[in-house]
Parts: sequence; structure tokens; C-alpha cells
Amino acid sequence: MTTHVPGDALVSLNGVNKHYGQLHVLKDINLQVKKGEVVVVIGPSGSGKSTLCRAINRLETIEGGTISIDGKVLPEEGKELAQLRADVGMVFQSFNLFAHKTILENVTLGPIKVKGVAKAQADKEAMALLDRVGVGHQAPKLPAQLSGGQQQRVAIARALAMKPKVMLFDEPTSALDPEMINEVLDVMIQLAKEGMTMVVVTHEMGFARKAADRVVFMADGQIVEDATPEEFFTNPKSDRAKDFLSKLLTH
Amino acid sequence: MEVIIENLPLYWEGLLRTLFLSAVSGIIALVVGTLLAAARVSPVAALRGFSTVYVEVLRNTPLTIAFFFAAIVLPRLGVTFQQFEVAAIIALSAYTAAFIAEAVRSGVNSVPIGQAEAARSIGMKFGQVLSLIVLPQALRTVIPPLINILIALVKNSSVAGAFFVLELFGYGRQMANANGDQVMAVLLGVAFFYLLLTVPLGILASTVERKVAIAR
Repeated sequence: MTTHVPGDALVSLNGVNKHYGQLHVLKDINLQVKKGEVVVVIGPSGSGKSTLCRAINRLETIEGGTISIDGKVLPEEGKELAQLRADVGMVFQSFNLFAHKTILENVTLGPIKVKGVAKAQADKEAMALLDRVGVGHQAPKLPAQLSGGQQQRVAIARALAMKPKVMLFDEPTSALDPEMINEVLDVMIQLAKEGMTMVVVTHEMGFARKAADRVVFMADGQIVEDATPEEFFTNPKSDRAKDFLSKLLTH
Repeated sequence: MEVIIENLPLYWEGLLRTLFLSAVSGIIALVVGTLLAAARVSPVAALRGFSTVYVEVLRNTPLTIAFFFAAIVLPRLGVTFQQFEVAAIIALSAYTAAFIAEAVRSGVNSVPIGQAEAARSIGMKFGQVLSLIVLPQALRTVIPPLINILIALVKNSSVAGAFFVLELFGYGRQMANANGDQVMAVLLGVAFFYLLLTVPLGILASTVERKVAIAR
């Protein structure tokens, strides 16, 4: 595994804007994520953080500005977009494992069908990934037979199987029972340590403190603060962030 | 009753012709209908528009109009057939495809959107997302309505009899003309032979429905 050396901007958002009807969900967003960097995006619900995350691999279209991955501007629909998405891993709040495929097939499908990896090779790599996230023994089962935490770890393995340049996490623990949150966070912290570039939308402040290089705080479709976790949690500058943090700490 | 037994070979021939018409039209309609459904959910606006217009027009006009188009309008446009049977197949498949497209589309919509998003996010192209992830999951919901559409197709194929295609209903008409005093028996015979085709399809539908229920 590569060591943790932040380098050039891998993900770059410049002047990104998006509306849902009247609602301005992304207001002139500028964000650079360097190679090897772990950026945690937090903020109140409705602040646009999920939309931001989904826009990075164009599951949400944008109206203005540009998003580029490793120097390439996101293309519109078509073959180039599919190719670019293959380099961007995505982990969803609701796991979205392919319901009609086994755990192993969930992980091998991308490498086999998108990258043309031979089945034997894909199986071997998938098993190694599943073992790494601690669900290797579940390989022949269907997703519905696994717990939420296990499903989410499979989803991470599925994304990793594509050997992505960057991983996006859209509230990966929000749909999980409390006792399962840590097993997923542990996998993510391990990934961060190994130098994976990550953009993580989450409500888990513990994860942000432990694994983030930067915390981006969003409110009302804008990036309000962009600081190190240390700075953000001990000395937030904006009133919005102070207000947000004070609400978290009262419970 | 006698008239039925005497004419069993004709009934049998009619049954086979109806089966042939329905099977060929059914297969074409399944392929075209699935393609139309794919177009309906595709990211290309022009394809979506074409599919929508096609489905709405064919689904909301009588089958006889489709037959008149295939049998009379198409030849005037230079598309000629050796046999009316070809026109009948065109009309039946074009008409049935619209219903199949709607059934497949509703099946596609029954698959949670997250499945397609996950497939796209690992780099699958539109066709792969549809054929590897969405359609296999949609199939479960789609099969029972599809069989109903095929049952309707078997019955609809009788319209071809009115356009000089000899199938079950066409032979029935011939027999009724030849046996003016036993029209009732002849027609009951025709109905019986239609049931011979459609009832097994209905049984198949409920069997599949039960199987699908277990698989979930």
C-alpha cells in the first residue's frame, strides 16, 4: 500500500451550481481534494452535502461550473462518463448491493464486465477484498442474508475492486444500527491510513476527528468552513458552525 | 357436435396457424417491446420521445386500425407482401409491442433507483446497467403481466381471420358458412380450441407467480 503523501488536486470543483426547482442546493462550490487526502463533509441536513458528493461522479447533474477528476472534466452521458466513473468508487447510504447477485458476484461484476478482467482473477481479488473487510465467509450468500454493517462493508469492497483513484462515501453509516457503525468506520479508517483519497459525507464526528485531513462544513448549499479537524472542532469561525457543533454536543 | 368431429383436421390446422401467428408475433413483440421500454428509460430525449409516442398511439387505438395500416396502407407505400399473413404478423407485433413496453417499463420502475446508481457508479454503460442489473430484477414483476399480454395476443390474432388469413377463426368462418345449420356448434368448437391455447398460458402465469413469490 502507498504511504500517505498528499499531492496534486485529484478532485476539483470550480464554481459548481445546482438548483432543485426554486431551491439553490449548490451555490458556487469550489473544492479541491488532493491525492491521498481525506476530506470529511459535514453540515445540517438539507445543506447540499449529499448532492455535492453525488455530483462528483455525476449521479447528480450540475448547471454551472466544472468538476474534474485527475485533470479530466466530467463528460456528459456516454462512454467517457462510464470510464471516468469506473475510477471513482461510491458507497451509498442504503448500500445498494445488487439484490439478485451473490456477495462475491457483487464484487466481481465490475472488474469482469467493465474492465474485462478474467473471472478466475476477479474471483481471487474479490475474495482478498472481502477477507480484508471481514466478510469473506459470506461470499456465496445473497445481500438480503447479511446485516446492514456487513452489506456496507461488501459495498466498500465492491467499490475497491475497481481500484478507484478516489472513494466517495455518501452518509455510509446513517442507515445502520448503532452497534454496526463501528465495523464500517474501522474499514474506512484503515482505508484512510493506507492513503486512499476519500470524500466522506457523514454525521460521525469521531471519524472526522480521527481520519480527516480536512473538514468541510456546508450550510444552505455553501461551503462555510474548510479547516483541519483540530481547528474546526476547537475553534470554529462561523456562527453557523458554532451553532451546529453546539447542538451536537448537547446530547 | 358431429360437425366438429368431421372438421377436426380443419380445426387442428387452424389451431396450428393461430399458434404460429401468435408465437412469431409474440417473439417479435417481446424484442421490440423490450427495446421500446429501454428507449423509454434511456438518457437520450429523442429515444424517450419516440417510445412514448409509439406506445401511446398503438396502445390507444383499435387493433383493427393496425391491421388496416399493415394490409392496406403499407402496400401503398411500396411495402408489398406475398401473403396477408406477413401483414397480420406486422400488425399484431406492432400492437402487442406497445403493451409489452408498458409492462417492462413498470417492471423497470419497480427496481429501486439505487440499483441502477450503484451499477453506473462502478462504470457500467447504460446497456449493461439495464441488461445485467435492472432487467433481471424487473423480470420477476414483469412475467405475470407479460403472460396476460400473450393471452390477449392469442385472442387478438383472430382479427387476422377477418383479413383473409386462415387461422382458427378464419377456418371457423369457413366452416360456419359451409354448415349454415350448425353455426352454434362450429363456433363453440372454435372457442374450445382457443381455450386449448389460452388456459395453459393462464396456468403457466399462476405457476410462475408462485415460483417468484418463493424466490424472494
